[in-house]
Amino acid sequence: MVNFSVMKKTMYEKIWDSHLVFEAPGQAPLLYVDRHLMHEVTSPQAFEGLRLTNRKVRNPHSILATMDHCVPTKDRDKPIADLIARKQVEVMAENCRENKLNLYDMKSPNNGVIHIVVPEHGFVHPGMVVVCGDSHTATHGAFGALAFGIGTSEVEHVMATQTLPQKKSKTMLVRVDGTLSKYCSAKDITLAIIGKIGTAGGTGYVIEYAGDTVEALSMEARMTLCNMAIEAGARAGLVAPDQKTYDYLQGREFAPKGDSWNQALEYWKSLPSDDGAAFDAVVNINAADIAPQVTWGTSPEQVVGVNGTVPDPESFDDEGKRQSCQQALDYMGLRANTKMTDIPIEFVFIGSCTNGRIEDLRCAAEVAKGTRVASDVTAIVVPGSYHVKQQAEQEGIADIFKNAGWEWRDPGCSMCLAMNGDELKNGQRCASTSNRNFEGRQGKGGRTHLVSPAMAAAAAAAGHFVDIREI
Amino acid sequence: MEPYVKHESIAALLNRNNVDTDQIIAKQFLKKVERSGFGVHLFHDWRYNEDGSDNPDFELNNPAFKGARILVTSDNFGCGSSREHAPWAIADYGFNTIISTSYADIFYNNCFKNSILPIVVNKQQLDLLMREINENPGVRFVVDLEKQQVSTPGGNGFSFEVDPFRKGNLLGGLDDIGCTLKHVDKIDSYETQHKQLYPWLWV
Repeated sequence: MVNFSVMKKTMYEKIWDSHLVFEAPGQAPLLYVDRHLMHEVTSPQAFEGLRLTNRKVRNPHSILATMDHCVPTKDRDKPIADLIARKQVEVMAENCRENKLNLYDMKSPNNGVIHIVVPEHGFVHPGMVVVCGDSHTATHGAFGALAFGIGTSEVEHVMATQTLPQKKSKTMLVRVDGTLSKYCSAKDITLAIIGKIGTAGGTGYVIEYAGDTVEALSMEARMTLCNMAIEAGARAGLVAPDQKTYDYLQGREFAPKGDSWNQALEYWKSLPSDDGAAFDAVVNINAADIAPQVTWGTSPEQVVGVNGTVPDPESFDDEGKRQSCQQALDYMGLRANTKMTDIPIEFVFIGSCTNGRIEDLRCAAEVAKGTRVASDVTAIVVPGSYHVKQQAEQEGIADIFKNAGWEWRDPGCSMCLAMNGDELKNGQRCASTSNRNFEGRQGKGGRTHLVSPAMAAAAAAAGHFVDIREI
Repeated sequence: MEPYVKHESIAALLNRNNVDTDQIIAKQFLKKVERSGFGVHLFHDWRYNEDGSDNPDFELNNPAFKGARILVTSDNFGCGSSREHAPWAIADYGFNTIISTSYADIFYNNCFKNSILPIVVNKQQLDLLMREINENPGVRFVVDLEKQQVSTPGGNGFSFEVDPFRKGNLLGGLDDIGCTLKHVDKIDSYETQHKQLYPWLWV
């Protein structure tokens, strides 16, 4: 007898099956890669590897490259002052020229953070397998594409073979239902999920986000949600494609056109998980329970609602968690039981592949409008791309920030990882819309609190965290 | 790649959870375009004082751990970014084996590309190994990948699991790309079919 339940597939399984090139006992399954995204930091050694072995890039058209990690966010007309960074950018340009790859270099009007510019140009579609030497590749799961970060050896592997040996992941369904409270955003959902399952909670899994709250999110919000799947330890995050996905893609540079569009659409509509498909784990979240989130520690799982307090290490049952909490409080210069709204901040960063899109800037500007950055606070906005920057300038958003005392910069990863010279001073405390609050992430001794764009804007004006629901 | 051979080495202890790739190799060292020379930067912010001298309080600066090839550490090691500079730094420093309860996914994959064996143990096994190192700093463990066994003078040895394909590549020092290219005909035929099914990806 045929067991029909066996034939019901999750979206992940459908994408996996359709990209399986080869599978044999004792060998890792070989998965085909449709799109390969690239930036200057994780690619040079891969190109060097190809040269040393006399191998070629198999499908140059599958690659889109940008420069984002090392690039300055001001004085862009001058050469990069940091000579090692300048060389890295030059090597990237040379590698792309030599291999005839599409590169949005620093001078290109299309330049920006890789995970911002790729969707802008419609380079990723539902059902694709997408890789990049960057863990936040998970962002593109928002389109229903299987998108994940890889190491530099794998970058070389994909360039040479258009495939990767892969282990099949387990599947986790994260259902978010209910209505978010005012000013709560995809960033708060993703932080709340990480707070619930932990930074290793998704290890070995691909997460599919579903539920009516997720369906109601815009494409950009879904990108924020999927972006931080990696902070939950997952290989990738996925959202089923729907009308919003198709509307977003239609007309963009690399989106299918004419008859191809209809053909693609038919395929995309077959991708969502079948009703009744089995997941290896299921997590349920009630959106109404989510307060605006603020991290207090040095791991994204060390997070509370803004109406909460810094936890007491003694409140953890697990010895490891107790120890991590104490280490984090020491590093962050915080005392247990301090109200989150009593924590003063000195710096605010709005930007990154998590929260550097136009909708993020709109949300933050709505809060920043008519305010002033507090006297002892430095606040910067780094748009995710030149297109985002230009649009924000046209909409008057740039003026709102500038009038409120914010610095308005050129695009790049900037203070998300502080490689380009934008960084915190030792001991400085920052409200940041980025994705990692690790020790030293934003500068040696810097103290990072992850928040949404609206929360960051409110903190800039107040000089401390505030519960934006009460504004 | 260098083949992984059975060895007896000092096991160093870094008893911290969630050691992230920013700690393993800080961002200011990611601007190089070479693969080599990252070992001196491993754990930079923990390892060195402001003046560049060694921080004597950092676990791995314990003289008993000098020359260690085995790193024993705690949960979720290598979380964070995909930077392969992290395993490059670990390998360049001299480690070729890590023992922990869990690893972040991308870091775990990256290890195998760099002749590093990441071994997974359970919490109880890890506690025993940590105790043995604490009681006898500089203790040497034997790691035998062929037999998938670790043995220790204190009798806390154990067997471990490893993917057979990855094991073979580590033991043989095989180049992953070379292995894949043996199946280039299968990639070719997949691609032909792919062009028919998804022609819009090829225009």
